[in-house]
Amino acid sequence: MTAEVQSKAVEGKSPGGEMARELTAAVLRVLIPVLLALAMGGLILLVLGKDPLAYYGYVLKRGLLSWGGLQETLTRMAPLLLIAAGLIVAFRAGIWNLGGDGQFLLAAVVTAALGPALIDVLPRGLTLVICMIVSMLVGALWSVIPALLKARYGVNEIVTSLMMSFLGTSFANVLVKLFFRDPTTTVPQTRDLPVDDRLPRILDTTIHSGVLIAVAVVILVHLMMTRTSFGLKLQIVGANPAAAIHAGLNVGWLTIATFALSAGLIGLAGSVEILGVWGTVRADWNPSFGLLVVPIVFLARLNGYAVIGFTLFFSALMIGGESAARRIGVPQHYVLVLVALLLIFLALVEYLDHLRRKRLTA
Amino acid sequence: MNERGASSLSSKGEERGFVPGPVAAVRNITKRFPGVVANDGVSLEFRAGEIHALLGENGAGKSTLIGILAGMQQPDEGEILIGDQPVTIGSPRESLALGIGTVFQHVLLVPSLTVIENLMLGGSWWQRLGRAPALKRFRELSALLGVAIDPDAEVGRLSLGEQQQVEIMRALWRGEKVLILDEPTSMLTPQGVHDLGQVMRRLKEKGVALILITHKLMEAYEFGDRISVLRLGRVAGEIAPERLTKMTEAEAIDAVIQMMFANRAEHAREAETLVGRGRKAHKDRAVDRSAPPRLRVSALQTEAGLGECPLRGVSFDLWTGEVLGIAGVDGNGQKHLAEVLAGQRRVARGEIKLDGADITRDGVPARRREGFRYITDERLGEGTVGAFSVATNLVLKEIGAEPYWRRGFSDWDLIHSHARDQIQRHDIRTPSEKTPLARLSGGNIQKVLLARELNAEASVAIFNKPTNGLDLQNTRLAHDRILASAQRGLAIVVVSTDLDELLEICDRIGVMFQGRLTGIVDNAADVEHKVGLLMTGAAAP
Repeated sequence: MTAEVQSKAVEGKSPGGEMARELTAAVLRVLIPVLLALAMGGLILLVLGKDPLAYYGYVLKRGLLSWGGLQETLTRMAPLLLIAAGLIVAFRAGIWNLGGDGQFLLAAVVTAALGPALIDVLPRGLTLVICMIVSMLVGALWSVIPALLKARYGVNEIVTSLMMSFLGTSFANVLVKLFFRDPTTTVPQTRDLPVDDRLPRILDTTIHSGVLIAVAVVILVHLMMTRTSFGLKLQIVGANPAAAIHAGLNVGWLTIATFALSAGLIGLAGSVEILGVWGTVRADWNPSFGLLVVPIVFLARLNGYAVIGFTLFFSALMIGGESAARRIGVPQHYVLVLVALLLIFLALVEYLDHLRRKRLTA
Repeated sequence: MNERGASSLSSKGEERGFVPGPVAAVRNITKRFPGVVANDGVSLEFRAGEIHALLGENGAGKSTLIGILAGMQQPDEGEILIGDQPVTIGSPRESLALGIGTVFQHVLLVPSLTVIENLMLGGSWWQRLGRAPALKRFRELSALLGVAIDPDAEVGRLSLGEQQQVEIMRALWRGEKVLILDEPTSMLTPQGVHDLGQVMRRLKEKGVALILITHKLMEAYEFGDRISVLRLGRVAGEIAPERLTKMTEAEAIDAVIQMMFANRAEHAREAETLVGRGRKAHKDRAVDRSAPPRLRVSALQTEAGLGECPLRGVSFDLWTGEVLGIAGVDGNGQKHLAEVLAGQRRVARGEIKLDGADITRDGVPARRREGFRYITDERLGEGTVGAFSVATNLVLKEIGAEPYWRRGFSDWDLIHSHARDQIQRHDIRTPSEKTPLARLSGGNIQKVLLARELNAEASVAIFNKPTNGLDLQNTRLAHDRILASAQRGLAIVVVSTDLDELLEICDRIGVMFQGRLTGIVDNAADVEHKVGLLMTGAAAP
């Protein structure tokens, strides 16, 4: 399904009218669930005795319309986009890499340990690049076991990658508390990378340049999946593994490569988040972006460009939602209720659209 | 075969004494699917103690009609009568409860459970599984069918014929009014077909109304008391028992062909294919075997996965321009043989030589470079990616190679123009080259596969059941392409369970039995008999 949509987008040279109609339909398929979810979310707020308009007003104001909020929103996009890029690679190849959180955190911790150590001896640029490369390797390394089990024995990667994720988050904590701990602080955390040595900011903003890296990576991944033989091979493995074997593709190697690439990009997300925003990893820190991005990627139907839009929407919702929740007194995680509603309505609209198409062809 | 036909003919004559009313009937059944009317006002009657043969080619509406009777589909119009009562069959369970049992083409038993366990599976979830009553019913049905099967045998260990008998028991478990058999002979050995014939006759004598779905004319004549022909969703004609008994085999076949093809002359060739009296086109060519063989396969062995039949020693030579048929009951290692030749399955022991060079260890890409082409029987299962465009599928085995890819980057314009070219040249019916392949009909999907595989660089082609599921016209097209390829000098292996097909196009026919090639016979007189013997595992005649 997704592959089909994709190939249309890439190969699309159909007459303008038909294309415009399809584009409208695609936009409506997204817009309608969003509006329904917002309306339903508003109703729930009403039932709770809160003012939905005030809530959405705050979300909008804080997430997009205030300068500070907008910068925060754009900054938040960096890790989400990089994780999305990693997930697009995997999901397109039919591989469920759900171990994002473990890959993300381990890469973040290694970056946080490596950065301050390297900056003493190396220039800033080199330090940042080495940190990012090593973090990608760390992420990839953490995917080796699920990848091998899947390639060699066909073990379901959903189970193994999730289990590795639990191990990874715990192991990241162990690393922070036992090995990379900064002895000068009371709360266990790694040594701080000085603000001046982190990823450079864009112009006069607080937005770090990792956002640009993330956008570039997403676009590159999109182009790789749609315009190269490697991307097409991955899609074939994802769409029909038997056909991949029949066509002589090395499915085992492609599986391992997919996992490594996917986990590497997620590792890069962890690294960029540390190098750009935090400079350190505190014990028990876990933003849990990994699973949050999964629905974003599906909303965008594994399309790289669409993912950028959706990530912006989600970032704004996250940043704005946190402050709005505080102000009108609903739980901070109310945003997740909206996300859940969005997914439900999306599925519903998708189903109705499917029925409509079936009737049309009849 | 003719002999048995004659005997059933005589029994038909004796039964003319009473005419029972129909136990089941369909009236004006219409069922539409997107784009097609599968059943268009179909009315048929099924009588106790009568075998009603339903004939028709692929897409004639046979499967839909069965689906409706089996409760898997609801008719858009028309009614189903059981006795005189109109009924609604909302689910397979309701169908069974009404005494309508269906035996589908493929075995639907759990191979790891025993016979009696399989038979007990149909009960409601709140019922206890009672072994004693189940055994009692099992014995009743065993007596009814006249078969002896160990109720505690694991189903997976039974022969396909025996498994089918268990399927029949399951179909009759809740009552024995109507039994529907969907292409029941397609996977049986000649001996299995014989046994099935016995079972059908016994059931008929006990007053069961049998519906035999088939696309083979001979079978319909041999087993059927009444023959109805479906064509394009309509009943094209019916031969009632009183008429059928008076007909000779040739007359009956003639009559049926008249119904199936309104314009006889135009379709004479199709009719020939249908009755299995093929053109024997191989006769027109002589294979030159003085040169060394193109392909030499010696003592091939493979390792089997769960439920697969491995190769246990297969050797043959194949010459340029030759068509070698591989016959045998499904599941005797044919699949492994085809995959080993294509390079997509590892060889455990033995060797494959092409023009004297050892290519045993080569994988698919290397084999493809050497000119091997594998046209798989699983067209959508492994041959193509249904969600991808026709264009992508046409280059599925060239991914990454020049000229469609340059340094790893796809040249979609070239891929699409290549596709438009192929679509035109091979008359592939598709809205556009960007249409997802799965939207095409089976015949057109096969055309895509053939276009992809049989290009100029092909030298050895392996066809696995090349006409499976195709209608007559596409069957003929596929046969023509195979023969044309042989004419061009390809060495060809055709794996098929349809002996008629092999007789029509092959120069020699080898038979697989339990992973071994039990013998290879020239496609000459008496070949059916020899092949039949080999299929049961007898030594080479």
